Amino acid sequence: MLDLWIRYGDRLIDGAVITVKLVALACIIGLILAIPLALARRSHRRWIAVPAYLYIYLFRGTPLIVQLALLYYGLAQFEAVREGPFWIVLSDAETCGLLGLTLNTTAYVAEILRGGIAGVPKGEIEAAEACGMSRLTVYRRIVLPRALRIAWPAYGNEVILLLKGSALVSTITVYDLMGETRSVFSRGYDDTVYLYAAAMYLVLALAITGTFRLGERRMNRYLRAEG
Amino acid sequence: MAGYPATAAPPALVAEGIHKSFGALEVLKGVSLSAAVGQVIAIIGSSGSGKSTFLRCINFLEIPDRGRIVLDGEELQVRTDRAGRLTGVDRRQIVRLRSQLGMVFQSFNLWAHMTVLQNIAEGPVQVLKRGKAAAREDAMALLEKVGLEDKHDSYPAQLSGGQQQRVAIARALAMQPKVLLFDEPTSSLDPELVGEVLRVMQNLAREGRTMIVVTHEMGFAREVSDRTIFLHRGRSEEEGPPADLFGAPKSERLQQFLSSQM
Repeated sequence: MLDLWIRYGDRLIDGAVITVKLVALACIIGLILAIPLALARRSHRRWIAVPAYLYIYLFRGTPLIVQLALLYYGLAQFEAVREGPFWIVLSDAETCGLLGLTLNTTAYVAEILRGGIAGVPKGEIEAAEACGMSRLTVYRRIVLPRALRIAWPAYGNEVILLLKGSALVSTITVYDLMGETRSVFSRGYDDTVYLYAAAMYLVLALAITGTFRLGERRMNRYLRAEG
Repeated sequence: MAGYPATAAPPALVAEGIHKSFGALEVLKGVSLSAAVGQVIAIIGSSGSGKSTFLRCINFLEIPDRGRIVLDGEELQVRTDRAGRLTGVDRRQIVRLRSQLGMVFQSFNLWAHMTVLQNIAEGPVQVLKRGKAAAREDAMALLEKVGLEDKHDSYPAQLSGGQQQRVAIARALAMQPKVLLFDEPTSSLDPELVGEVLRVMQNLAREGRTMIVVTHEMGFAREVSDRTIFLHRGRSEEEGPPADLFGAPKSERLQQFLSSQM
């Protein structure tokens, strides 16, 4: 069992680095994109709210593995895409995987944020309006910071799901942790490599949980009555 | 409108003929008020009389269906939209006038994710574009004024209701408002905490602040206000100096109301 690690451990670690990179970038970019999407989803104007709703419905309603396949294999069928400006992103498996993960998580995080925004007490928003803040300032200083704190645990949960979902990028030839694992397995059919993979995913999940708990403790100090 | 004191300075605040309906329910049927600079006006009445709605119409948290609002000589520009309702013409004007009207809410509405000091400095920094250091300095002075300087680093959840309301008053004062609006500021407080808030308000009145106070505290209305308005079912049923209203109420409704309050 140990000699498997001695022989292939480096490759698994390389894969884990790719996984961490993909998940970290997707969750940061996804959070940034999710803010306008959540606001659009809440808009009273139908022509803003409906496209946002459709986007969320589409990406939550189809399997991630299908989305990745369509992005990587599907779009490449079209010559216009191959000659278009986005080919740089789509031709490379890794950036394509990042794109897929980001588009997918954006939809989920937008819904999480929408719940957070709905949970901001109405009185606090009124107090901000009453002191003469513009709508933008009210959102920037009161609504979004409050909503993020409310949504934080659910967002942490989504990042864990994203970590596990990221294993699917191996199906579009990305050598992430799962991709390397499968490749090692295919050499000698030694299935203990999956145990190593599982252990490494667990360690990553633990790191994410810890990070979010730390963030929560810092951000949600205000909820603790004892000071 | 008759009854303005004949001075050169315009009244701090005039609200005239304010109407407001929620669906079929007509909450305000033409309520008016004029507050001279330094005047304290108490608005009393049973719940459902429209007094909170009236106050919220003054700073456009509710948009009145009809009526005029003039703050320190500047009239709020409104127009009637296709549905026959009023809307503001210029969002910037609404925002600017609001910044000159301090509001204190029944449920405090402090921003829970900010410390006490941040709550007070936020408006001046974001709206009045004060420097951060100066705003914090002012905030500390205001905290001292409401007797909470040692709580500047606390979060609202760590304070009692009375303390939260005093912070909320300091937050309103930080905007250097021309008029202070109080919406039942002591109604959600435990009885033993009412006094500390009323004392702060009394001091403000003594300083010569212009205040409109919707309240259930008859003692406060009677002792502190220059003028009291009794609202009943969306109309001003009786108004005048508190000594007259409380000493010799003319209308039957006010007599009933006062005897129910004792």
